[in-house]
Amino acid sequence: MSAETHNPVDAADAADGGVTPFGPDNPAPFIEPPRARTKRTPRATRTNFEMYGWLFMRLSGIVLVVLVLGHLLIQLVLDGGVSKIGFAFVAGRWANPFWQLWDLAMLWLAMLHGANGLRTVINDYAERDVTRTWLKWLLYAATVFTVLLGTLVIFTFDPNIQ
Amino acid sequence: MSTTTVESKHSAALDAAETGDAHLITVTLRVRRFNPEVSDQVVWVDYEMQMDPKERVLDALHKIKWELDGTLTFRRSCAHGICGSDAMRINGRNRLACKTLLKDINPEKPITVEPIKGLTVLKDLVVDMEPFFQAFRDVMPFLVTKGNEPTRERLQSAEDRARFDDTTKCILCAACTSSCPVFWNDGQYFGPAAIVNAHRFIFDSRDEAGEQRLEILNDRDGVWRCRTTFNCTDACPRGIEVTKAIQEVKRALLTRRF
Repeated sequence: MSAETHNPVDAADAADGGVTPFGPDNPAPFIEPPRARTKRTPRATRTNFEMYGWLFMRLSGIVLVVLVLGHLLIQLVLDGGVSKIGFAFVAGRWANPFWQLWDLAMLWLAMLHGANGLRTVINDYAERDVTRTWLKWLLYAATVFTVLLGTLVIFTFDPNIQ
Repeated sequence: MSTTTVESKHSAALDAAETGDAHLITVTLRVRRFNPEVSDQVVWVDYEMQMDPKERVLDALHKIKWELDGTLTFRRSCAHGICGSDAMRINGRNRLACKTLLKDINPEKPITVEPIKGLTVLKDLVVDMEPFFQAFRDVMPFLVTKGNEPTRERLQSAEDRARFDDTTKCILCAACTSSCPVFWNDGQYFGPAAIVNAHRFIFDSRDEAGEQRLEILNDRDGVWRCRTTFNCTDACPRGIEVTKAIQEVKRALLTRRF
């Protein structure tokens, strides 16, 4: 896209002069926007996936505000702040099933919330179908890996590990 | 009322104003031009002219077309904000050229005029509206009823009519849809205008296909792609609260399920 500014005379010169291969019988290609809607655009998918995704974002967002702010408060502010955090502190907290559940809920909700957000970002911005598919599979793989690894650590944490 | 009576009332000041051009100002229109029969490149062309600041951008475009450069191509039909043909991006915002006064958009600086975004530019300010109208057709923008046709009007209470009054104002100019960043990147999204026109029938007490339209808009490319950026509401030349209409469709979809 040329952002030059011409006066009308210059524009006419630029348009007519030079050796442009384009003419009435041989017009230049149009600049098409990405993925225009046509008659063949797929019809309704008949699932409520997008609706549940949208709803999940709102509900998990509300819960995450409490979970994450509470987490930050406990970890960084109360009881001497960040300096108290160590292996012993984590071991002590995870001895209590309440904190295990807190951290598990935070892990799952934050990961799914973030993954769903990134999914919509990819849907909005990746123009080519191939790029879109690959980015989404990469995202899903990373999400599943992180969620599974985190869950495993929370439940199999051994405070007596050497 | 005869012409002579009118003319006899002319004051000296009015005569001066009519003959003189003291009220005219110099306006520069910077138009984004594209002609595939000449070049595959887009050029910005400046046109300078004397205009009354109370005239509209469409008048300036007419002056270019009729007096300066006849090759400039743009759509307009009624020129009074009803037909919705002349939506364009003026100073970076979607507006109707026939409803935008020069004095309201700072005529001291060059006024940029571009075609609306997200649709294929065919020539200069003319875009291919087909994808836009396809989305409009896909939401079934017509009354659907069952049973025999009544022998008289389908009556409706004033309250029922008021429920969807806002969305009846749409003139299908595409200013909202082509201001939507989701639509810029993915033309498969229905876009605000199609949802507004679905809203107009979903909330019409006489219509019986609301469920079907909601199902269509529950799609991957339906209302859930709206990011509530309010670009559509800002762009609408009829002042329709577009984002609100989209949110009402979302709410109807949720309350239908839960």
